[in-house]
Amino acid sequence: MLSLNRVSKFYKVGTFGGKELVAVRDVSFDVDEGEVVSLIGESGSGKTTIGKMVLKLIEISRGSITCDGTDVAGIHGGAVKSYYRHVQGVFQDPFSSYNPIFKADRVFGMIRGEYFADMARSEWSDKVEGALRAVALEPDQVLNKYPHQLSGGQLQRLLVARALLLELKFLVADEIISMLDASTRIDVLNLLAELKGRGMGILFITHDLSLGNYISEKTVILRRGAVVEMGATDKVFGNPTHPYTKVLISSVPQLHKKWADVEAEIQARGGDASGTCLFHQAYPPTVKATGKATAKAGDGADVAPTLVKVEEDHFVGCFDLGEGTCRVA
Amino acid sequence: MSLQVSDLRVYYRTLAGDVQALDGATFSIDDKEIMGLAGESGCGKSTLGNSLIRLDGRMRYVAGSVTLDGNSLPIWDNEAMNEFRFRDVSVIPQYAMSAMNPTRKIGKMIGELLESRGESYKEIRPELMRRIDLVGLQPDVLSRYPIELSGGMKQRMVMVVSTLLDPSLLIADEITSALDVSTQRAVAETLVSFRDHGFVKSMMVITHDVSILYQTADTILIMYAGKLAEKAPTKAIIEDPRHPYTKMLISSLPEVGIRYANKKLSGIPGSPPALLNPPTGCRFRARCPLAFDKCAEEPPFVQIARDHSAACWKATGSDA
Repeated sequence: MLSLNRVSKFYKVGTFGGKELVAVRDVSFDVDEGEVVSLIGESGSGKTTIGKMVLKLIEISRGSITCDGTDVAGIHGGAVKSYYRHVQGVFQDPFSSYNPIFKADRVFGMIRGEYFADMARSEWSDKVEGALRAVALEPDQVLNKYPHQLSGGQLQRLLVARALLLELKFLVADEIISMLDASTRIDVLNLLAELKGRGMGILFITHDLSLGNYISEKTVILRRGAVVEMGATDKVFGNPTHPYTKVLISSVPQLHKKWADVEAEIQARGGDASGTCLFHQAYPPTVKATGKATAKAGDGADVAPTLVKVEEDHFVGCFDLGEGTCRVA
Repeated sequence: MSLQVSDLRVYYRTLAGDVQALDGATFSIDDKEIMGLAGESGCGKSTLGNSLIRLDGRMRYVAGSVTLDGNSLPIWDNEAMNEFRFRDVSVIPQYAMSAMNPTRKIGKMIGELLESRGESYKEIRPELMRRIDLVGLQPDVLSRYPIELSGGMKQRMVMVVSTLLDPSLLIADEITSALDVSTQRAVAETLVSFRDHGFVKSMMVITHDVSILYQTADTILIMYAGKLAEKAPTKAIIEDPRHPYTKMLISSLPEVGIRYANKKLSGIPGSPPALLNPPTGCRFRARCPLAFDKCAEEPPFVQIARDHSAACWKATGSDA
């Protein structure tokens, strides 16, 4: 349904825009109907940039994004409105997504004014009620309340309900649960899974691998704007091949396995990757990655590695894969 | 026994009345122990951490005592606490990334800080350099401004500064929550190594992320709505939780390996009670699937097994 084809995004930085910062490099993947694709990366990996490009909030520098066959970049004027009828986003901070001096359900009123101006009042309130029930909220508990009277989980679900009022086909969920409490985040996550069951396509952007693993069919791992590994979630997590993916997976705090055990497990399975991998040049194995992941054009990292198929539905982008110098596969 | 807190009560003053954010906490931390403190937001965990180092203007000390290495901490007296801060009790604040003075080079800032405590920068400098090296930073960070460091580097720098005078108790408040996974791990492991090197005697790690505690802490204390819910060694809390709140909290965590398609997790319905006029009896009663008549009475925080305490009638076995 949604398809990214060699999408790149450059920002001009420095005096008079003399330098270029590559935020996203040659990223291609598809999201089908009824599918959750999780886009995982650390800060500065370009995951939010991709979400914003899908939502037409920023321009695409190179490549194209198509939604149901239409080029997203080519949508102008009145067509934008009908694009947003089908594609919506929900973002990280539910508290700042609302105007604190208006009641929270004003977000519904705005949708009505924009898209359903001729709808009868009773029909509209039925519709709102239906959307609220779909996100497991009690209408009388949340309507007519100010944002500060609602919890983060409730606010976040209201935003999803707002998106549901439209004939939503695709949702960009950008870190939507990272600000929520452990006890409520799983409810919002389950809600996404239910929406998926109804045929919606979801781009789930997160830095938390365990959340991505829980909900998605497909995983795309980004590093410095480029895809390093992608494929079916169980394959990426079950058989991580790129050294960066291995580092990420062995760093996730788990509840029943200590870090050292996970590391040993991964090493026993695939062996530690060594060689002239770009990842290792940036982060030699002896130094812990510090999370500084901004890429600048011209520092040798502005070319994206080609994705190589390592097994069915599992692709890895490692420069030396196939040339025999890097013992990854 | 390094730290002993008994029946500590700290309320927040508001126009509407006192918010009972910390309502009777009794626990202790042993020497060499890393105690994790976990719970939902608004359960009083940061209040507990802050009250051991500094009560801000809104916080009101109500009752209880805190003893550190045999000395009673005058936590109600801001001035008198100065003697203990940094030297005996130290803190790594929640936003360590913005904890350093942006207008000073890091070395100068540390010098001024030590001077204010009557310590000599010159004498401590070799040890400082050793620790900077230990956390994997370059010696030249001292001649840099904080803005020149990345988030993880600043975090580690603040950790070194906080523990420079070898405090007896270190309070680490949500220090990993704003970091990327790989940095998170490095920071958490550094914390443990500080204990192993004897830079700090005991540690209180406050976080909402129980899985980080499983990796680092020796014991875990779970709080709910201003009260202690359960305390036990890490393994016991994760594998054999007795309080229903702990059970639900742990079972709601998604983990690598758990998929929606195979195993649907569920959250805890409802939300924590407002603490302005907290409910009587067990505060978890309204959300608890096991609640019964006796829960109208407040369960005491008692020992239910060796090193394992909980505040629940069901866990203490008096549900007959």
